[in-house]
Amino acid sequence: MEELANLFHGFAVALQPFNIMVMILGIVLGVIIGVLPGLGGANGVAILLPLTFSMPPTSAIIMLSCIYWGALFGGAITSILFNIPGEPWSVATTFDGYPMAQQGKAGEALTAAFTSSFVGALFAVVMITLVAPLVASFALQFGPAEKFAVYFLAFCSFVGLSKEPPFKTIAAMMIGFALAAVGLDSITGQLRLTFGITELLNGFDFLIAVIGLFGIGEILLTMEEGLSFRGGNAKINLRVVLHTWKEMPAYWLTSLRSCLIGCWMGITPAGATPASFMSYGIAKRLSKRGKKFGHGEIEGVVAPETAAHAAGTAALLPMLSLGVPGSPTAAVLLGGLLIWGLQPGPMLFVEQKEFVWGLIASMYLGNLAGLLVVLTCVPVFAAILRIPFSIIAPLILVLCAIGAYSVHSSTFDVVLMLVFGVLGYLFKKCGYPLAPLVLAIVLGDKAEEAFRQSLLGSQGSLAVFFSNGLVGTIMALGLIALFWSVIQEGYNRLRTVTA
Amino acid sequence: MSSQGRSAGPSHKTVELGVTLAIALFGIIVIAGSVKAGINWGAEGPRAGFFPFYVGLFIVAASAMNFRNALREDDGGLFAEWTQLRQVMSVVVPTAIYVGALPFTGLYLASMIFIAWFMRWLGKYGWLTVAAVAIGMPVVTYLIFERWFMVPLPKGPVEEWLGL
Repeated sequence: MEELANLFHGFAVALQPFNIMVMILGIVLGVIIGVLPGLGGANGVAILLPLTFSMPPTSAIIMLSCIYWGALFGGAITSILFNIPGEPWSVATTFDGYPMAQQGKAGEALTAAFTSSFVGALFAVVMITLVAPLVASFALQFGPAEKFAVYFLAFCSFVGLSKEPPFKTIAAMMIGFALAAVGLDSITGQLRLTFGITELLNGFDFLIAVIGLFGIGEILLTMEEGLSFRGGNAKINLRVVLHTWKEMPAYWLTSLRSCLIGCWMGITPAGATPASFMSYGIAKRLSKRGKKFGHGEIEGVVAPETAAHAAGTAALLPMLSLGVPGSPTAAVLLGGLLIWGLQPGPMLFVEQKEFVWGLIASMYLGNLAGLLVVLTCVPVFAAILRIPFSIIAPLILVLCAIGAYSVHSSTFDVVLMLVFGVLGYLFKKCGYPLAPLVLAIVLGDKAEEAFRQSLLGSQGSLAVFFSNGLVGTIMALGLIALFWSVIQEGYNRLRTVTA
Repeated sequence: MSSQGRSAGPSHKTVELGVTLAIALFGIIVIAGSVKAGINWGAEGPRAGFFPFYVGLFIVAASAMNFRNALREDDGGLFAEWTQLRQVMSVVVPTAIYVGALPFTGLYLASMIFIAWFMRWLGKYGWLTVAAVAIGMPVVTYLIFERWFMVPLPKGPVEEWLGL
């Protein structure tokens, strides 16, 4: 049980006083980010990333990952109290959470949501603990062709599984790849796509894109809707918490099912949002009280929250073991690794044991700390939402500008941020998904490198991607994911014909 | 649909077609840039433009499909009302000025003016509240970023004069 020893060593790292402090700080910041409009897991982490440049990498990743957990928790607060999903994955939580709050059961709904989030995350962390080292040691044998196949699978899953039209997903993704290609070509050292503009020599940093697309874009959307926040009061006391906890074991089956859905969807880069919807939908269909869903059923809160948090956590598994992030936030964390001088991917488990296991241990502790923080401080966080938007908005815009500037100490990046912001607004309104765009900017160079190296080995023949069982299987899975909607449609048509 | 009155605005279809064309144009630029960098095989394997060339092709092809779909599906809906778009522009324009002024004024002065303008103009707050937030936020930012985490932020003549 070498892993167990490693994990205990990780706990020793995570329990150092400085790391505990950073953990709590991260959780609190994360919940605030999750509650505020325009700030979410991905751009919140991106803005705060520069603060960690001077920290040791392990403390830095603990703080940033805790911001992520905090944001996941925070999304539930706004969904239940204000019927405003702070994050896309908490949309499904509003279906039953908000009706519960209207019936005066906000405390129960919040307790159920937080506890389910914790259960989902815990399940996913245990899975990461057990599975990630195996995946990493397996992935150590990957050559360039296998690496490209994994990227291929990741991006195809986006096309097949996302709600948006497939061609829009492809367009968004390819824009990301094109932006990643701008600047110095890492293999030949040649400049490309800069068109003589010196500011483009270093290419587009995805952190700027994340801050603009998600941060500024979201503010513009909120401005358009002219939101005013009206919502229920949050009162959680120990009695409500204990009472709700007594009820929760009855939903163990829903919980377990949602955990599994969440883990599965989190590992494939489809992510937390579809996981929460899917889990809600299945719970509605299978539950005895399914007909009452949508009118304030506690099970309708448990199902999506468990799945979303499990998926959000599981998204770190491919990031750690393969270097392929499962969500935009995981992508930002991966960007952090690169900045701190660590190479994400399977070698991390060999070369940076303290870092990896410190992070995994901090996931256990961070989620526990998160549960305690949100249960005790809900009224404070809810009060943040009552601050009028005309105060919050300029502050968030200034924060975004600071974040964008401090990545490279460049004012040109701040201009780019605004451009990405307007793009984000237009794309969101027109149904172009942003997550694949961001992931393509992050992974573009690596995917291209793997692709060109594979072709180099095979003298340009694409057959290299089907040259052995392993790479062939991954590519085939990718193709299935790519054409998933077509396959599904065909299957449905076949069924209606035979029936 | 787009008759006069309050609910007038650009139709969703128009904007969607515009976005699709812009993306296609971007794809063409990518293709052109790739061709310039060389899309064939050189001595060291595929040249720099090889990969982005195909990426550009995909962008143009996907845009063609999106264009076709957008032409077909017209629900007659609005992209947004003019009043809503004015709201959006009331954020975009000052932010653009703010971003443009940053290199010259430094972050702090620009942020103060930006926050104050936003709160006074859109929020109609009293000067005291405006001053508290507009001065407080940059001060807190200075303490957190420059003092505690030692991340330098852009400074202008005022900061130099203050000797910060």
